[in-house]
Amino acid sequence: MKTAERPDALVAPVPRKSMRRRLARSLIATTPSPRRAARTKAVITYVVLGIGAVFLLIPFAWLLSTSLKSQQQVFVFPIQWIPHPIVWSNYSQVFQTSPFARYLINTCILTVVGVIGSLTGSSIAAYAFARIRFRGRGAMFAVMVATLMVPPWTVIIPTYIFFGKIGWLNTYLPILVPAFFATPFNTFLMRQFFLTVPVEMEEAAKVDGAPRWRIFLTVLLPLAKPAIIMVSIFGFFYYWNDFLLPLIYLQSGSLYPISVGVANYASSQSQNYPLLMAASMISLIPPLAMFFGFQRWLIQGVVVSGVKG
Amino acid sequence: MAKLSKLERREEIAGYLWVSPWLIGFLIFTALPLLASLLLGLTDWNGVGALHWVGLANYRKIFTADPLFWQSMKVTGIFAVLYLPLSLVLGFGLAMLMNQPLKGMRLLRTIYYVPSVLSGVAVSVLWAFIFNRDYGVLDWLLGLVHVPAVPWLTSSFWVVPALVVMQLWGVGGSMIIYLGGLQSVPTELYEAATVDGAGWWRRLLTVTLPMTSPTILFNLILGLIGTFQVFTQAYIITQGGPNYASLFYALNIYNTAFQDLRLGYASALATILFAITVIVSAAVFRWSRAWVYYAGRKETPA
Repeated sequence: MKTAERPDALVAPVPRKSMRRRLARSLIATTPSPRRAARTKAVITYVVLGIGAVFLLIPFAWLLSTSLKSQQQVFVFPIQWIPHPIVWSNYSQVFQTSPFARYLINTCILTVVGVIGSLTGSSIAAYAFARIRFRGRGAMFAVMVATLMVPPWTVIIPTYIFFGKIGWLNTYLPILVPAFFATPFNTFLMRQFFLTVPVEMEEAAKVDGAPRWRIFLTVLLPLAKPAIIMVSIFGFFYYWNDFLLPLIYLQSGSLYPISVGVANYASSQSQNYPLLMAASMISLIPPLAMFFGFQRWLIQGVVVSGVKG
Repeated sequence: MAKLSKLERREEIAGYLWVSPWLIGFLIFTALPLLASLLLGLTDWNGVGALHWVGLANYRKIFTADPLFWQSMKVTGIFAVLYLPLSLVLGFGLAMLMNQPLKGMRLLRTIYYVPSVLSGVAVSVLWAFIFNRDYGVLDWLLGLVHVPAVPWLTSSFWVVPALVVMQLWGVGGSMIIYLGGLQSVPTELYEAATVDGAGWWRRLLTVTLPMTSPTILFNLILGLIGTFQVFTQAYIITQGGPNYASLFYALNIYNTAFQDLRLGYASALATILFAITVIVSAAVFRWSRAWVYYAGRKETPA
């Protein structure tokens, strides 16, 4: 098919949608056996994606399988994917050989407070950017978007010195206090969502004389549930995985979250792969559960910030 | 200054109050630290005692007499050159394959997406074992197809490619973003192109790529900046070795600041990182004007 021979296509009136569809279908129909071509395409798609999926799943299978082996079974080749016997005791051993329960509790505290902080700070600031008129709003928003790009590594040293000077080293404060100050990413996400909520409902409440904070809490926030869920999920992953801040700010083992705990465990048990894999598995289960519970929201959040941001 | 009515003034005050969680956070945790980092970079402070001004001596040393700085730039650069194109092509290709109305796509999408949301220490510990030369699964798999074992983590040639492979395990993350971009392309455009006789390749070049170019740009910038933040993998798996072959930029800052306590010198390194980020972002934006197409975005349904 040659486009060059159809100059009229450029000036011809655009056919209606239904007509265009029929036209397109008739064009496809002229190619030899379209059904077979479609089937070949589907088969190729499945084969390529299937092979890729197997490769992506191997690390998980390897993790699970090793975590249930004895030390000797690790060295057996060809690999025993289903260990015989299955050594369930590796998991209890992890808790006996290190304060893993403590690490888990600490991580939960950091994650819960961190997520609450992210939600509070970012939703309040996002409300200002989306709903209140004040001088400098545009400029502030531009600055905020620009700071999305600032790598944390550029500010970590002065921040560390500052928290050291005010005596916050070896506490959770340097990790949790900043959580309550709106981060650019969360604020941006929240603001974008607030903008899609029609103002009429707030207007009605305003006419009734309700104060701003009550309108925010009772009208806007309940409508912003998707944004709240997204910020919470991103926050969960961030605080659950965070390694750098606990690494530099915390010195006592009793304060360690699971990230630093697993890192220390890895250096103390460097040759005991089954125990190491069991420890990794334990710290990956909550994020995995979160993923499967909220996959839809996670994808939506990533797409909103990635495609429309 | 224009006079404001009482109502407008109240709105102003409310605005500043409500925006304060961001504004105060920005000042305390971004603006002031950036300034402080700039100033600290002009000292040789090591955490105790008085600040001793050294002018540009740190920068002179970094650029002329610090092999570790150049090594970290090289490692970070090689990683970016390997990882970014691979993640773009793989992520985009996967997204195109998944963007078909076939059965089972939801399941496949989930499988591809899972690894990308997992990160941090546990994943690094897992991959350190996957790469293990004697008992690791990767060399065992290569052995099945008669490829000799690769010394992934013990060779200064293979260690960065190994970390690229590990990073590509999470390629589903960029795939999801591209998939969102592909799905926001109006189907009318494809129909029109088909009517005009455009084949698969032409549709890709004239419809798909232009319409998704803002998404590609966004991913590219994020990926580039992300490369300068690679830390946990290198810290846990290789500690920058063997022989500094995986000394990433962020790891070099960490070692200088928190192992050697050369806080002044490390601040100069951090300031250079900030300058690089600004320059790279500006350059990519400028360069993107030639190929990023924004006009179509207003027509896409939200």
